[in-house]
Amino acid sequence: MLIFLTRRLIASILLLLVASFVVYMLMAYAGNPLGFLNEISDPQQRAAVERYVRSSLDLDTPPVLRYFKWLGGLFTGEGFGISARTQLSVNDELASRLPLTLKLVGAALVLSIVFGVTTGIVTALRQYSGFDYIVTFTTFLFFSLPVFWVAVILKDWGGIGFNDWWRDGAKMPMWLIVVAGVLALILGYSIAGGRWHRRALIALASGVGGAAFVYYLSEAGWFVNPGIGLEVLIPLAAGIAVAATAVFAGIHNRRALGAALSTAAVGVVLYLPLQPYFDRSGFAWRHAFVLVIIALAVGVAIGYLWGGYDKGLSAKVSALVAFLVGFVIFVDRLMQSWNEYATDSIVRNRPIKTVGHQEPRLGDFGFWIVNNDAFAHMILPTVTLMLISLAGYTRYTRASMLEVLNLDYIRTARAKGLTERTVVVRHGLRNALIPLATIVAFDIGGMLGGAVITETVFEWPGMGRLFIEGLQNLDPNPVMAATMVVGVTAVVANILADILYSILDPRIRINS
Amino acid sequence: MSLDPDERRDDIEAELSHEQREVAGLSQGQIARQRFLRHKLAMTGLVVLLFIVVLAITSVGAGPIGGWYEWQHTDLVPVQDDQGPTMSFIPSFLGGDGIAWGDHPFGVDNDRGKDLFALTMRGVQVSLVVILVLAVLSVSIGVTVGALAGYFGGWLDAILMRITDVILVLPLLVLVSVAAFSFGWSGLWSVAFALGLFSWVGLARLVRAEFLALREREFVDAARVAGASPGRIIVKHILPNTLGTIVVSTTLLMGGGILTEAALSFVGFGIQAPNVSLGAVVSDYARSFHARPHLFVLPGLFIVFIVLCLQFIGDGLRDAFDPRQKRIPRFKDLDTKARDVAEAQMAGNVASHLARPTHGNEI
Repeated sequence: MLIFLTRRLIASILLLLVASFVVYMLMAYAGNPLGFLNEISDPQQRAAVERYVRSSLDLDTPPVLRYFKWLGGLFTGEGFGISARTQLSVNDELASRLPLTLKLVGAALVLSIVFGVTTGIVTALRQYSGFDYIVTFTTFLFFSLPVFWVAVILKDWGGIGFNDWWRDGAKMPMWLIVVAGVLALILGYSIAGGRWHRRALIALASGVGGAAFVYYLSEAGWFVNPGIGLEVLIPLAAGIAVAATAVFAGIHNRRALGAALSTAAVGVVLYLPLQPYFDRSGFAWRHAFVLVIIALAVGVAIGYLWGGYDKGLSAKVSALVAFLVGFVIFVDRLMQSWNEYATDSIVRNRPIKTVGHQEPRLGDFGFWIVNNDAFAHMILPTVTLMLISLAGYTRYTRASMLEVLNLDYIRTARAKGLTERTVVVRHGLRNALIPLATIVAFDIGGMLGGAVITETVFEWPGMGRLFIEGLQNLDPNPVMAATMVVGVTAVVANILADILYSILDPRIRINS
Repeated sequence: MSLDPDERRDDIEAELSHEQREVAGLSQGQIARQRFLRHKLAMTGLVVLLFIVVLAITSVGAGPIGGWYEWQHTDLVPVQDDQGPTMSFIPSFLGGDGIAWGDHPFGVDNDRGKDLFALTMRGVQVSLVVILVLAVLSVSIGVTVGALAGYFGGWLDAILMRITDVILVLPLLVLVSVAAFSFGWSGLWSVAFALGLFSWVGLARLVRAEFLALREREFVDAARVAGASPGRIIVKHILPNTLGTIVVSTTLLMGGGILTEAALSFVGFGIQAPNVSLGAVVSDYARSFHARPHLFVLPGLFIVFIVLCLQFIGDGLRDAFDPRQKRIPRFKDLDTKARDVAEAQMAGNVASHLARPTHGNEI
């Protein structure tokens, strides 16, 4: 293991050195980074800027030597030097921009893994069903979309369109309700199993139910003043508890069900006492984090208290329930501030933002307003960034799941008389998800690179912008910094994926 | 076991599964072609793609040969009152303008005096040339590198794979944009070459993996024992077996190439005006999207359609070349005799199911 790691590390470092050398040379011979000087009209100032940039970028040294000096600077802690055009330290720029890019990429990555893997599993379990065909077609479609094209369309029809609709009272027009109903109908018919009349019944129920639900939300003004509230939280929490137990422990595991339901009950009971705590002026992410830890601990404790021979499983299930119910309570509180945020005198009823990453003038308005604002800024770029990854995860999980479900040990498991749930979740899913480690590693590198275009369209001040602006101005240092960050991330993610793979799949030995 | 040869053949045929009977006596290529031609989605993709290609070539013409369309992408169109598209697909009895083509089916851009249909058709032509160059370059470099690395192994493999690693560690967009920008490339051929020079990496890895597996097989040993040179073994014995992988991933690569070209144009490093490509047209009109969405959406839809068609074709090819692929026979495809057998079996199943004693005291 140690030998493998050292060998991989040395190889990766050499790889990065060569790659950085290539890009450095390309940048050096691309043209003159001082071209922007013509924009400065005052000759004295121009000469001063030129002297400063020339000396700090070592423009008088030949490029090959300059590369080694740059490399030396990297290792002695001087960092990436300054940008020729702005004369600012690239390190500082990177420090402020990298977190923004990571925020965007992280959100898109987590969401696309969650939704992609779930959809992939369902399509694999319902292979050749209508739902499978719809999802397969959609993934092909997502793969075929030019990112910037989607981004521009989303910005205008999604962002500005939503804002206009919001300003005009946020009422759903009749045709949209009908469309929602038809979509729910198709989804219900294609996802349900069994004979056609059973499927038709389910389809009809989901279609009518979906349309009625949307109509009710629209008429009750839910879109103007969203929220979940205690009356919806109670059935929702119970549903979460039952669903989590059914999937991960089996509904016949009475102790697990009891643990999950009592955890959900604790969550519901805590809903009202939590509200004043949320409203305290100092509430911040660290408090939310502590609450998550407490919720998980309470969940585990309840699981163990219910006892039984399978305490660990009950504990896991109730911890999951605690997390999900806590998340719902958090989202509910966020929604309660939505109206206040959207009708604010600064936001002026244009809640969804198409440009930038935050509204600085909202800084003192407290945690919930600021995070509504962050959500409103993030939603469109995240969706854009998600599309392709989402399609990839769906396809990949489906293929992997189908392959595993056709293996001999699955047949053995079925032959032993295990329930379908145990076969699918314990024997199938666990093994189908192992190769996902590699895909995620590749995807992180790809997403960081792909964020360039999304950041350009939504004017998100992240690392991609730094790279593109540097490239357009022939400014070597920002380009090198961004390239190195992407390269190092990709290399580290790949090594981690290899290690993770060998831990998850004992058949793989990486020592050799 | 009967001794009559005819009857014996019947026996053998009866032993074959439906699937085996379908491919009996066909070569590998014929099987693949048959499967591909049956793949509905892939055939739809092929037909739509051919339609787009024919439309693009005949409408504005290619080279010295003119097309049937009135305008060219270089023509200056007089200012129109209505910039919107004149084509209409809604019949008049539904309240539309009837199915009509009009003078400017995709609309015009009054600011620059361009006809958008001519621009789009020219863009389709250029984008297709770009991906063809990309495919030729990627296949020739990727297959050569992959074949050499996989067949010979050793230090050659190590060197070639390290080179592909270097290219792989940097995102394609980064490399192509730096390369294109370093040499001031903004025309068709330079962008096509830059894309092709950096797109072969994935293909090389796939081909190498195939070669690693195939070179250990008996037929390769047989060829070697018979005295075939390495070159002959690579070209005549192993390469035909990797054809499926190459064809499939090249198709997908071409789809990706259109998207990459478009993205490059958008960030300002690909084909730029006055040169025309689909990506360049779409990104030129991204700013004026709010006022004139058709200028942006219509050429963009062509990108989506072309890539979607290539994806479907690639999917069909993958299914066609995959020997593990099993097709579930539809009932009407089974011949009468087999259908009788199947029905009898099914009836038997049902009967045995019904006959199975339920536990209890009834029996």
